[in-house]
Amino acid sequence: MSRYTAVTDTDRAAMLDAIGVGSLEEIFEAQIPAGVRLQGGLDLPDGLPEQDVYAHLLELSKKNTSAEDEITFLGAGMYDHYIPAAIDMLLGRSEFLTPYTPYQPEVSQGGLQVMFEYQTAICELTGLDVSNASVYEGPSAVAAAGYLAKLASPKRPRYLVSGALHPDSRQTLETLSVGYGTEVVEIPLKDGVTDVDALRELLADGGDQVSAVIFQQPNFLGAIEDVQAISDLAHEQGALSICQADPIALGVLEAPGNQGVDVCVGEGQALGNRLDFGGPSFGFFAATNAHIRRMPGRIAGETTDADGRRGFVLTLQTREQHIRREKATSNICTSQALNALAGVVYLSWLGRDGLVELGELLIQRTHYARETLTAIEGVTALHGQPVVREFAISLPDGVDVGEVIALAQDRGVNPGFDLGRVRDDWKGGLLVALTEQRSRSDIDRLAEVLDESIRAYQGGERSPLGRSGSTQEVAA
Amino acid sequence: MADASYPDELLYHADHDWARIDGDVATFGITWFAQDALGEVVFFDPPAVGSTVTKDESYAEVESVKAVSDVIAPLSGEIIEVNAELGDAPEGINDDPYEAGWMVKVKLSDPSQIEQLLDQSAYVASLT
Amino acid sequence: MSAVDQTVVAYERPPADASSATPMQRERAVTIFEKGQEGRRAFEAPALDVPEVEGLIPASARRAEPARLPNVSEPELVRHYVRLSRRNFDLDSGFYPLGSCTMKHNPRLHERVTALSGHARLHPLQDPKRAQGALELMYNLERSLGEVAGLPHVCLQPSAGSHGELAGLLVTRAYHEARGDHRTKVLAPDTAHGTNPATVTIAGYEVVPVKTSPDGGVDVEDLRAKADSQVACLMLTNPNTLGVFDPNIEEIAKIVHGVEATLYNDGANLNAVMGISRPGDMGFDIVHYNLHKSFTQPHGGGGPGSGPIAVSDRIAPYLPVPVIQKLADGTFDLTSTPTDGPGSKTIGKLRGFQGNYGCFVRSYAYICSLGGPGLQDASETAVLNANYLLARLQELVGDRLPLAFGERCMHEFVLSGTVMKREVGIRILDLAKRLLDHGFHPPTVYFPLLVDEALLIEPTETETKETLDAFAEAVADIIREAEEDPSIAQSAPYTTPVRRLDEATAAKRPVLRQPL
Repeated sequence: MSRYTAVTDTDRAAMLDAIGVGSLEEIFEAQIPAGVRLQGGLDLPDGLPEQDVYAHLLELSKKNTSAEDEITFLGAGMYDHYIPAAIDMLLGRSEFLTPYTPYQPEVSQGGLQVMFEYQTAICELTGLDVSNASVYEGPSAVAAAGYLAKLASPKRPRYLVSGALHPDSRQTLETLSVGYGTEVVEIPLKDGVTDVDALRELLADGGDQVSAVIFQQPNFLGAIEDVQAISDLAHEQGALSICQADPIALGVLEAPGNQGVDVCVGEGQALGNRLDFGGPSFGFFAATNAHIRRMPGRIAGETTDADGRRGFVLTLQTREQHIRREKATSNICTSQALNALAGVVYLSWLGRDGLVELGELLIQRTHYARETLTAIEGVTALHGQPVVREFAISLPDGVDVGEVIALAQDRGVNPGFDLGRVRDDWKGGLLVALTEQRSRSDIDRLAEVLDESIRAYQGGERSPLGRSGSTQEVAA
Repeated sequence: MADASYPDELLYHADHDWARIDGDVATFGITWFAQDALGEVVFFDPPAVGSTVTKDESYAEVESVKAVSDVIAPLSGEIIEVNAELGDAPEGINDDPYEAGWMVKVKLSDPSQIEQLLDQSAYVASLT
Repeated sequence: MSAVDQTVVAYERPPADASSATPMQRERAVTIFEKGQEGRRAFEAPALDVPEVEGLIPASARRAEPARLPNVSEPELVRHYVRLSRRNFDLDSGFYPLGSCTMKHNPRLHERVTALSGHARLHPLQDPKRAQGALELMYNLERSLGEVAGLPHVCLQPSAGSHGELAGLLVTRAYHEARGDHRTKVLAPDTAHGTNPATVTIAGYEVVPVKTSPDGGVDVEDLRAKADSQVACLMLTNPNTLGVFDPNIEEIAKIVHGVEATLYNDGANLNAVMGISRPGDMGFDIVHYNLHKSFTQPHGGGGPGSGPIAVSDRIAPYLPVPVIQKLADGTFDLTSTPTDGPGSKTIGKLRGFQGNYGCFVRSYAYICSLGGPGLQDASETAVLNANYLLARLQELVGDRLPLAFGERCMHEFVLSGTVMKREVGIRILDLAKRLLDHGFHPPTVYFPLLVDEALLIEPTETETKETLDAFAEAVADIIREAEEDPSIAQSAPYTTPVRRLDEATAAKRPVLRQPL
């Protein structure tokens, strides 16, 4: 018996007696072939008391440098926004934390209404008609949107994908394309944004093979894309416009649904979810009404009960795997309900004005940061496009970005993401992200440390921990 | 929901579909038995006008809350009309499967197939 | 004669009609979007501390109208969601025997350790050298999970069971393609969870169902007939969704490997066999874990989850990246371009970053708490509890709700309500709804599809004998009540925040957002 089970010897005897066997072993012997029984138990250590487990997990946590331990400008898909205390409290409530998917709507009205509210918030942010109750996370949401396009146009096997789509989204789509029977063709960039002329050319030749044009707003380099122009070109050839968006930026940028986008997806972490080293978070997924029956995942809808009271249920379930099986619109089985709850609470906490104020603050501080960093000798903007909360710079020629990041981290500042880790032609690039938790004095400190680290690198200094990034990739 | 009924003047397919023949045009729908087995219909996805249907093959889908069912063509031909009313009011399929619940009108490509359909008594016998 | 022994202790019945609405029923559902007033707020933006510059964003890119989010104060916000939470049934408040979902207790320790800033505020792109604790944790978790499955290589990345299935089929595909073998079909039993066939399609294969034999396992002859050189994989849940451990698993593995296909284990039911029997030893090449089931993540009302996979040596090169490596100096690295071993011929990525680390922390803490003997005890007790509840129910209502297959079960079992429907006049759905009035979450209903009027019950190891007894008595009481008056169950529930909901209208005329 562990602390999480409760069968005493007395219980056990009574239970075996009721079952009509002399021992538990009889039950196993009767069902499991002897050849596949494990002899001698698992080769794992014995269990530990709660306080010892806590101590061990605390010790492991201390071996990590978190956003609490350094001034961090790392973003590239996940962002260190402040999470209001109310979210911790609400997500910790048993009634939200411990139920399963709402299979019994009569006793799941809380969760179902949260989904309904969440869907409303996502529709508002994206300017689209219908949102599902969330999917796993951002990049796999992009791949799921690709599948929707395949279902909409089964005879068009090609996706045109912006070179500034998040590399994880791009790679996830490529991985799944093997199963979809689709291919991914890149649209080149021009001065940091999707090259609309190149897109036009890619569509002019074989556009009838393209099911969707997929891009990101703001894009991976932080730049604002011309969403309307991209969508219009896609539609001219009968392809869908699929946009991965940063939900925080959508507070100030035009809703993709108002700029011709058919499907808008994205990573929801920035909305009240912790970094958690990459998850769990949620992916949002919204589309125009035309695609309602091709949507993946759970969707909550409003209805009434037997006495006429307003209530909520999971609906349009015939799309889903448990009913349509091999013809389902997706194999996804759950939403990220708890993370989506954090999302809608966060958006309600910000409120109508707060979301805009947050966006405006980020625009100003990001501009200030870009100006300040590009004033450092040898540092230039990687592109000159308007940005909301993230921007790319180039370090001086001959400077190894990974080494400079390590030196800056030794000085207590994480300056951002080494763009050379994803593309060779971005070598020398640094992607810097802002949240409202990074003040002007943090930005000034970043500029100081970055300058100092570049000079230190040029002077031959190296971090005792070694270059930032995978050890093996450095060696290779 | 109406009581069980299987009109005399219709012909039936064993997969619970009916056909009303009018010269070389036939109207298709699903039988009382089929709608009863499915439960309350919430969605009917009609085929496009101009598309062809093949006898014994699916030409549309009909959905209840927790089931999806293929609708089988009793005869082959080309769709010349679909029942647009069912888009807003799929309950017609339950309430009145033989009139308001009709699904498509088809210009038959091989009227000789009609001979293979069941008459009312043969279909009703197949249900027991 | 009544199905129920009338000498059973008196059980206090819940209300059997809806004549007086409960306080929660009287409270009309109002969304957060219908609350609040312009000018109210919970958020205060930090002061603008940099020189303000106009025109940074071109007007054409700017939002014309703000998103119409609620305007609420913090107290209003908190009260709204706390009140909403009370309209949920949850595992902490009551028995939740949802079959194949493994609703076991969620230790609160896990929430505490996951919230430590070193875990919770760790950025996924942090330099591996500055995330050594996280990588060590993931490395240890991989080793532990591998030991439980009896397979040497683990990839933690997939986000849920269905995502793990997809990973499993894509590595299967890569494995076959690497041998120049282009296969087209995947076999799955007709008892399979719907995610299996859905995943098969998304992975680009055609699904071929395999029949179930009268003993509840795979029909071996049907499998033999369908296993050919076009079959890439057999996806099997063992024990399956009927709670049956396949008696022919060794033969099945032989047939599948005989045509050089992979054998995939849907690990949804791993909670039955931890420390008792290992998928790797049964001959499985690939297994996915549901960390949110066997390794106790809180389900969060439908997510998050986590669905790592474990594979054999021959499959390992195709695993998703990044992979964790333990270096010669004892430190840990995270790489997307391993030169050999797991991931060296990778299928690529299945999602962003490394996976649901917050789930890894919880499951790792669980494994540390229980250890090898504790995991085995968990499975043994889960099987004991299931067989006990089965025995109790058969004793009380066996003539109304017989076991669908076999005599005993592993960690869950399926009863059939066919007799009850015919003799008592209530369906499994009615029984489930009436259970809500008794304060129990119903078991899984109408799954597996193979069983008419199916009731799939999984009590888990964390429930006491007293709870199991109370549940069995509630089921018996509902049937006893229905023998007298079936209409009570047919119109149940009466005491829940809302009563039965009109799902048909919801689907017919979808209202999927608050109109504003």
